[in-house]
Amino acid sequence: MSSGSSKISTYKKTSIFERNLNRIKGTEISQAAFSFLFGEIVRYTQKRVQGIYELEKRLNIQGYRVGQKLLELIRILQFIFSNVWKALFNKQADALEKSKENEDEYMIVDNEPMVNKYISVPKEMAYFDCAAFIAGIVEAIMDGSQFPSKVTAHSVPTQGFPNRTVILIKINESVLEREKYLK
Amino acid sequence: MSKARLGEEFWKKTDKVNAELFVLTYGSIVAQLCKEYDDYAQVNKELDNMGYNIGVRLIEDFLARTNIGRCKDFCETAEVIAKIGFKLFLNITPTVTNFSPDNKQFSLIFDENPLSDFVELPDDGRAQDELWYSNILCGVLKGALEMIQLQVEAHFVSDVLRGNDHTEMRVVLIKVIDDELPLSEI
Repeated sequence: MSSGSSKISTYKKTSIFERNLNRIKGTEISQAAFSFLFGEIVRYTQKRVQGIYELEKRLNIQGYRVGQKLLELIRILQFIFSNVWKALFNKQADALEKSKENEDEYMIVDNEPMVNKYISVPKEMAYFDCAAFIAGIVEAIMDGSQFPSKVTAHSVPTQGFPNRTVILIKINESVLEREKYLK
Repeated sequence: MSKARLGEEFWKKTDKVNAELFVLTYGSIVAQLCKEYDDYAQVNKELDNMGYNIGVRLIEDFLARTNIGRCKDFCETAEVIAKIGFKLFLNITPTVTNFSPDNKQFSLIFDENPLSDFVELPDDGRAQDELWYSNILCGVLKGALEMIQLQVEAHFVSDVLRGNDHTEMRVVLIKVIDDELPLSEI
């Protein structure tokens, strides 16, 4: 990442993209733990406001933040990576990665895109990739979820997977600004 | 019954909520604190303080639900905290390790920490060194144990969010508070 001072780069940083996406999906914690935490948030907030109106407004802002997170970038990418791929192709995509070079790029990798399966591309069209179609699907979902992006497909064959395709998602600048603001 | 089994049993009987809601809510309050205080040390302190307030009330809930008696020593306390306390509230079981020779200090190693799932510390060059994201847990332990006459000090010594290999909390027994009524008078 570009903004790292020399100090930061000494940390062994495991990005959240390297962790299991569905780690806490469906897991639970005790209701008491939540209630205690929430109660404390209310108490904390109450100390800093005058009147109920302001208290409610502050809690509203806190809740809003949770709501926004539920619609977060990574979550929508996850959603495409697993749910959309499963619905369309009956399998998960093979990898979801963040570009190392560019802050605004994410990649969904499919080792064997269904659309490429029965189509052989002539040599002179080596750069053509039918997965452009899938890229279009992804782009529509990103746009529709308020994460406008430019999505393109690129064949990146490997030894084992001649049809391996990378769906490159380049996120609109406005989204990154928004995400920054939300942090 | 072993402590771990007991923890499982109690967990089964517990009302539960979606862990994500919890994670996001906690994230929201940490973000709020970071916004309100310029200084991460101050955020740690406030989280610790919030945890303390929680711990003071949580112990009651814990004792009422588990009906566990007095621990015979601090080692047993550690085991109860890890295998029953954490299990019951957060559905995790940190590992108890590194007891000091006098058995007054131990470490809790968190392989999983539901507070910090999906969290990335800000890349501002300070948070990685200064913020203890899960610091509220230290406060919870202090508050809860104080209510059962154990004055402890708890702090994180490492956190995977900071790039450390594991997340470790050190708990130190300072003293046993002796303001209890003699048993014969209860």
